[in-house]
Amino acid sequence: MTSVQQGAAPAPSNQPTDKIDATTGRVRPARRSSTGQRRPRFAKPQEGGFRKKRSVWLTVVMAVMLVYALLPLFWLFVNSTKTQDVLFNSFGLWFSGDFSLFANIGETLAYHDGEFIRWFGNTVLYVVVGAGGATFLATLAGYGLAKYDFPGKKGVFAVVLGAVAVPGTALAVPTFLMFSQLGLTNTPWAIILPSLISPFGLYLIWTYAIDSVPTELLEAARMDGAGEFRTFFTISLKLLSPGLITVLLFTMVATWNNYFLPLIMLSESTWYPLTVGLNQWNNQASTAGGEAIYNLVITGSFLTIIPIVIAFLFMQRYWQSGLAAGSVKQ
Amino acid sequence: MNSRFKKTVWRTLATATVGIAAGASLVACSSGPGGSADSGTAEDLEKALQTESSITVWAWAPAVEDIAKAFEEKYPKITVNVENVGTGNDQYTKLQNAIKAGSGAPDVAQIEYYALPQFALGKSLADLSKFGFDDLEDKFTASTWNSVNLNDKLYALPQDSGPMAMFYRKDVFDKYGIAVPETWDQYIAAAKTIHDADPNAYITNDTGDAGFTTSMIWQAGGKPYTVDGENVGINLQDEGSKKWADKWNQLVEGGYVAQTSSWSDEWFRGLSDGSIATLIIGSWMPGNLEGQAPDGSGQWRVAPMPQYEAGGTATAENGGGGDAVLEQSKNKLVAAAFLKYMNAEEGTQISIDKGGFPSTNADLESDEFLGYESEYFGGQKINEVFADSAKNVVKGWQYLPFQVYANSIYNDTVGQAYANKSDLNEGLTDWQKASASYGSEQGFTVSEK
Amino acid sequence: MTTLSADAPATPRPAALRRDKRRWTGWAFVAPFLVVFALVLVAPVIYAIYLSLFKEQLIGGNAFVGISNYTQALSDPKFWDSLGRVALFLCVQVPIMLGLALFAALAIDSARLYLSSFFRISIFLPYAVPAVVATLMWGFMYGNRFGLVGNVNDFFGIQLPDPLSNNWVLLSIGNIVTWEFVGYNMLIFYAALRVISTDLYEAAELDGASQWRIIRSIKLPAIRGAIVIAGIFSVIGSFQLFNEPNILQSLAPNTISTFFTPNMYAYNLSFSGQQYNYSAAIAIIMGVVTAVIAYIVQNSGSRKEK
Repeated sequence: MTSVQQGAAPAPSNQPTDKIDATTGRVRPARRSSTGQRRPRFAKPQEGGFRKKRSVWLTVVMAVMLVYALLPLFWLFVNSTKTQDVLFNSFGLWFSGDFSLFANIGETLAYHDGEFIRWFGNTVLYVVVGAGGATFLATLAGYGLAKYDFPGKKGVFAVVLGAVAVPGTALAVPTFLMFSQLGLTNTPWAIILPSLISPFGLYLIWTYAIDSVPTELLEAARMDGAGEFRTFFTISLKLLSPGLITVLLFTMVATWNNYFLPLIMLSESTWYPLTVGLNQWNNQASTAGGEAIYNLVITGSFLTIIPIVIAFLFMQRYWQSGLAAGSVKQ
Repeated sequence: MNSRFKKTVWRTLATATVGIAAGASLVACSSGPGGSADSGTAEDLEKALQTESSITVWAWAPAVEDIAKAFEEKYPKITVNVENVGTGNDQYTKLQNAIKAGSGAPDVAQIEYYALPQFALGKSLADLSKFGFDDLEDKFTASTWNSVNLNDKLYALPQDSGPMAMFYRKDVFDKYGIAVPETWDQYIAAAKTIHDADPNAYITNDTGDAGFTTSMIWQAGGKPYTVDGENVGINLQDEGSKKWADKWNQLVEGGYVAQTSSWSDEWFRGLSDGSIATLIIGSWMPGNLEGQAPDGSGQWRVAPMPQYEAGGTATAENGGGGDAVLEQSKNKLVAAAFLKYMNAEEGTQISIDKGGFPSTNADLESDEFLGYESEYFGGQKINEVFADSAKNVVKGWQYLPFQVYANSIYNDTVGQAYANKSDLNEGLTDWQKASASYGSEQGFTVSEK
Repeated sequence: MTTLSADAPATPRPAALRRDKRRWTGWAFVAPFLVVFALVLVAPVIYAIYLSLFKEQLIGGNAFVGISNYTQALSDPKFWDSLGRVALFLCVQVPIMLGLALFAALAIDSARLYLSSFFRISIFLPYAVPAVVATLMWGFMYGNRFGLVGNVNDFFGIQLPDPLSNNWVLLSIGNIVTWEFVGYNMLIFYAALRVISTDLYEAAELDGASQWRIIRSIKLPAIRGAIVIAGIFSVIGSFQLFNEPNILQSLAPNTISTFFTPNMYAYNLSFSGQQYNYSAAIAIIMGVVTAVIAYIVQNSGSRKEK
């Protein structure tokens, strides 16, 4: 929908755990252990513990949702195996004609002097610098807010969370005019700078750092004479890593999928990310002498989502624990 | 937030801003020392071409890149960077933003005829008569030359044009025994025959398109827009406008036109399989048909545009545009020289080869051009039809100085009449009101008569 | 939004470092973030407010007009039309999306599902698809002559309504948005569910509580915070609806107007109409409206807790 939603915060459950007891009434007497404990409880066994019966009925209902989620992706895959001709003359949800996936991929990569590869490189640049930088800034700031007391701290919190409510897309125009006065438009800076801010990342690290970096440990490091930043980089960063990876993943998705900002900030295709480039390919048929390359648009779309899906699968072990921890802490 | 915090933020912000801007200016920047003269003789142009420099061109027409390559070969000291920043409106948006921002615009930009007045008005385009290009008048067709001359200034050189014709499927017409319609009444009758016989087949598609509507009003003899400096007249209910709307109502209200958006994949499928039987469109269309509806090969033919009165010859321009030099350019001499090369010299043939329809008399009259037999069109000499059409374009048409915006709200107004299959005249009236109110808002003196 | 309260994730005070020389160390950590934040978010807001007080014309130049852009916006039927549309969208799409997400999260967490981790990842996958690609994809499928809808019509010999017609287009857009974000919200709920102590369930089951009762009495209250936050971000997302209708517009120009959503209106005003000032005023109004609604959602969410 928008970058804000993509960067949305996993819920910091607003009530302390003892509220659970308060609202669940008669359950409470059974277990006191659930109250008063500040540490996260990862005692819960993996879902699919032995004692529960599996439900076929529930599985079927969920399978319907699964089809809903995967059908368009299946469509994308099927159609990226078709040539331009077949694309227009065959049933959308099944293979038809020669299996041209590899021919399409080759054509996509080579089209117009390999501009797809150039865009891919740009996207990677924006992700590495933008998402990496956003994660770094959010980690520093979240950690600082969690572990230090300083004047104006409450103000920082209010301003950052308040700004999330301001519609980013509607601010595009003032941002464009401001950036162009600063000479930033049509440069990678115009994409990278706004990606550096992740209020959600800040919030997640903040909540995560409170418990995962014990204050006693910092005190001990101080006794040994280590500087604050040294302590951060040598000790705290490691402890923060599950939270950090979670933030990294969400900022990566936000940057990878960024469309609107590059669309208005960039006027030369050399700096386009994949999303804007693909949309331009999609539109190019609509002019005198324009060439329709819908098969390449589809194959390109398919190629675009592969790296991000791989990143998800690859990092899922880490980010799920980070998300879980971040979402309960109080 | 305490005040100390504010100060800190602002100070750091200011510092960061300066740093970033400095860094960015290294990345941006273009153009060489080609001279920033605002005027020059043919000699000056020639001299500038012998000095090392570069220009940036924004264009989406596929031929421009080839022309740029040929140009660079001829003038090895010049580098031409061609950028496709979007088709039509997308490019205008970016151009407008760069103009508003005061920097970032290219040296040369492709601008369609309908959009030219808007950019000319903003004083963002260079007057090409200062480079002696007025002398080129005889090279171009009267209607295109008229389109690039505004307020006694020459703002662009025509690149291509789109005199209208009727493209039709011979196989479909034969199947239903339809004679090629010469009048709009015959055309409407044919529409009914086709759709009544096969509910999935239509005479044409039309979901409402500003460019098409204005072209059709143009052919009908309407002159809805009058412009005299800051005084603008808008009357989309003048005689010609009404004439078109009343005819076209019969097709739209009766559901005889396909609700398929032009340029969509569905459109090309319809053109391929014949479920869209005709197109009333500019003569740049053949290349698109060949490329994107290859299955229609051998079935399509071209005929003159249907008329309001039997025996008439009136036609209009549909699409097409020219290229302009931006005021922001720091290398106007080379930019102007490239313009001339592209539109009045070797470039025209390259453009024709790429599917563009010429606006130059010499090309329109050449035997090679007129004698070309198109295989896709069953061996027909299609250019003869188009060249005839180019001669019969109704004179005196004018676009608004804010036509780009007016067209962008077309679908909010006339488009609603299409969607509801209601009277197009009401849609046109809404469009007129909305356009007029925007014009007043922008400081024009608008009369709705 | 700010009532998420400044002291929500408060550092335990006694443990905080109060020695004077470290009083400002916290700032050193926070400053880099704030500098960029000021440049890319705070400054544009201030600039937008500044712009909104002027009016620039093609003829006649620039002039200070005070709040007249705001009064004009508040009496602009197009603005209200677009606002009404996203409000409707909000009321229908957000509950459906969050309901589905909640259902899926509970199902996966229930341990009663075969292949639950496969479900979890698969339903989440659409989130990784760029909005542009998602919209292009659904746009192709919505085609009622040659798209999937057309295929279905031909196959069954029926006539489904055109997904891009006036009555259905909002629903079609809602479908795309739901598809994109249901898995994401599911994961947020799931993460919150995962950390509820199993002790609670066991006790409840010993007491003979039904699954439904456990969900209602233990799970939902425990993740209320997660639901509130997901709700707030969905509200913000709905008010900012732009990418999906904007890309679909080329397929349905008559049904998706230039003022279909407030964001599209602001965009078209400035980028095609060069009414930068009026557009800035609309952006500011939308910022205020969004903040107020988010505040109300947050507040009503918290009130139930007390």
